[in-house]
Amino acid sequence: MTNPGPAPDLTPGVPTPSTTGATTDPTPDARRHGALGALADRKKKRIDALAEAGTISSEEGVSLWQSAWRRLRRDPVFLIGAVIVLLFVLVAILAPWLAPHDPRARDLIGQVTPATPIPEPQPGYPLGGDNAGRDMLSRLIVGSRQTLIVGVLATLGGLAGGLVLGTLAGGISGWVDTIVMRIVDVMLSIPSLLMAFSIAALFARPSQWTVILAIAIIQIPIFARLLRGSMMAQRHSDHVLAARALGVRRPAIVFRHMLPNSLGPVIVQGTLVLAVSIIDAAALSFLGLGNPDDSIPEWGQMLGKAQTFFNTYPHIAVYPALCIIVVALGFTLMGESLREALDPKSRR
Amino acid sequence: MLRFIVRRLLQALIALFVLSVLLFAWLRSLPGGVVSALLGERGTPESAAKLRAQLGLDDPIPVQYWRFLERAVQGDFGVSNGVYRGQPALDVFTQRFPATIELSFFAILIALTFAIPLGYFAARRRGGVLDTGSVVFSLVGVAVPVFFLAYVLKYLFAVRWGLLPPSGRQTVGINATHITNFYVLDALMTREWDAAWDALKHLVLPALALSSIPFAVVFRITRAAVIDVMDEDYVRTARAKGLTARTIRGRHIMRNALIPVVTIVGLQIGALLAGAVLTEKVFAFQGIGQALAIGFELRDYPVLQVLIMMAALIYIVVNLLVDIAYAVIDPRVRL
Repeated sequence: MTNPGPAPDLTPGVPTPSTTGATTDPTPDARRHGALGALADRKKKRIDALAEAGTISSEEGVSLWQSAWRRLRRDPVFLIGAVIVLLFVLVAILAPWLAPHDPRARDLIGQVTPATPIPEPQPGYPLGGDNAGRDMLSRLIVGSRQTLIVGVLATLGGLAGGLVLGTLAGGISGWVDTIVMRIVDVMLSIPSLLMAFSIAALFARPSQWTVILAIAIIQIPIFARLLRGSMMAQRHSDHVLAARALGVRRPAIVFRHMLPNSLGPVIVQGTLVLAVSIIDAAALSFLGLGNPDDSIPEWGQMLGKAQTFFNTYPHIAVYPALCIIVVALGFTLMGESLREALDPKSRR
Repeated sequence: MLRFIVRRLLQALIALFVLSVLLFAWLRSLPGGVVSALLGERGTPESAAKLRAQLGLDDPIPVQYWRFLERAVQGDFGVSNGVYRGQPALDVFTQRFPATIELSFFAILIALTFAIPLGYFAARRRGGVLDTGSVVFSLVGVAVPVFFLAYVLKYLFAVRWGLLPPSGRQTVGINATHITNFYVLDALMTREWDAAWDALKHLVLPALALSSIPFAVVFRITRAAVIDVMDEDYVRTARAKGLTARTIRGRHIMRNALIPVVTIVGLQIGALLAGAVLTEKVFAFQGIGQALAIGFELRDYPVLQVLIMMAALIYIVVNLLVDIAYAVIDPRVRL
């Protein structure tokens, strides 16, 4: 992860391409003006980069976030992702009012027989029911809320843990740094999903909370490394030096001057982690390590529990799976385009 | 070079040590402790106390840890109580490991054969239809839960169209000799062509599902690396010298672009192992992944302990080897 701190990467001359990008437009100006235009464009860019480097931290300059927003506004990848995420959050908030039926009510239980365990779609129940006779559509709508909660809480948990470790390591350095990073490296050396399975298996009674905890823990080393790296990069930068010269105390330097500048990569990572947490929660449910109580539906749990019917009634697995895929894609698209917009290397 | 290898070996050893402590802590904090985990529901207070004394659970923690290490080094991890009831837990690993290697090997093979050329062509025609299409495809690929993809493949190709076998490693009752437990290799060595074909057919669907994990990553890394390398001065020089497109591609672009791909493949081994748990469960493929899935379900802790430790061990060793290989290819790393 590159550090979008106050000092943008200045590679003179060469147009530095974004390396992570989904669909960056290769210099629209160059295309318009042909070869000569491309040359002039390159020169212009060099000056722009210099100018930006000079003004970036001053009051009048365009801040990193402003310039990022300016690019994101016109980025179709970001917009698609943002619309998906926004819709998802809206549905999650309004779920109780949107759902046509009570997700716990066994309205169609009369149609559940050994021969036909899954009620078919019918008037009032457009997606049919599940194997307990509950309305599929309502469960999907209400499930969005629990899915969002799992994703957000797992990400926040991982972030909180990573924040503590990363700030310790990057802010204090020395032997604290060495010890913390050794632990983080070992945590990273265990395959993360496997670690989530192992943590979840520790609890005799799995619940929504054990799922959240297991997924949060596996995100801690990632956030910790990220924050530490970003702080290390800032340690020798001018604004930290200036603060130190002014006699600002170390905690204040870490929390007021270094941490805010590390927020960019953290937000990017958080967006990507949200997608992964939702998918991982489904994997835990699939292995029987998820929340066994399905009175409050969650997509990962619905998908995990649908496995017994997959060969005969694939649709009851496909609905929650599609929801997960679309939402995870939304968060990923948003995270990737944010990453690119905040990366000073890909700035044009 | 030697210093680099020694330093890297030391790091791996430290990682192993911390790992053993973590595993020990994990075992100690299992629900109800080791005793109830081993006895299951049959335990009475008397038998529990007897087992506690037997296992030395009343000794100081460091002594217990030392004993745990001793037994682990000797390969004594206790007796399976779920996957292979009554057999030593280590046997579960040794019997099933070849299956998972076979599966992961084909998964990586599929991923590399498609992802590297696709990454190259996407980078060459950046912003084109192929590029945009494959970038979107790789993003969607990340968003699809592996086990769901496995079920979809199984439903379409095995259940619906009946083209490929839905589960297992080989058709039950087929006349096949097993020497190494790598079924395809075994059948090739004994020239049982139909058995080899049969084992291969059983591998296609699980390997395809599992390959979705490394595919997306390898594709994106290759694409990014090729884009970076194409802007380098040496590529321009090569072009200016009038070298053929083929030489430039093979000797100058790909040779340099593939360096990060090597590291990423090493890092993907961990994700593959976790993915194997899910894929092997869907296809009832008798590898260590399925054993882990059953172990989690039946709470077969002795087996889980072996498999988790071995998985982490493999991951550490593979990454050690990858790092050394990396240092051989790219001298800058040694610094």
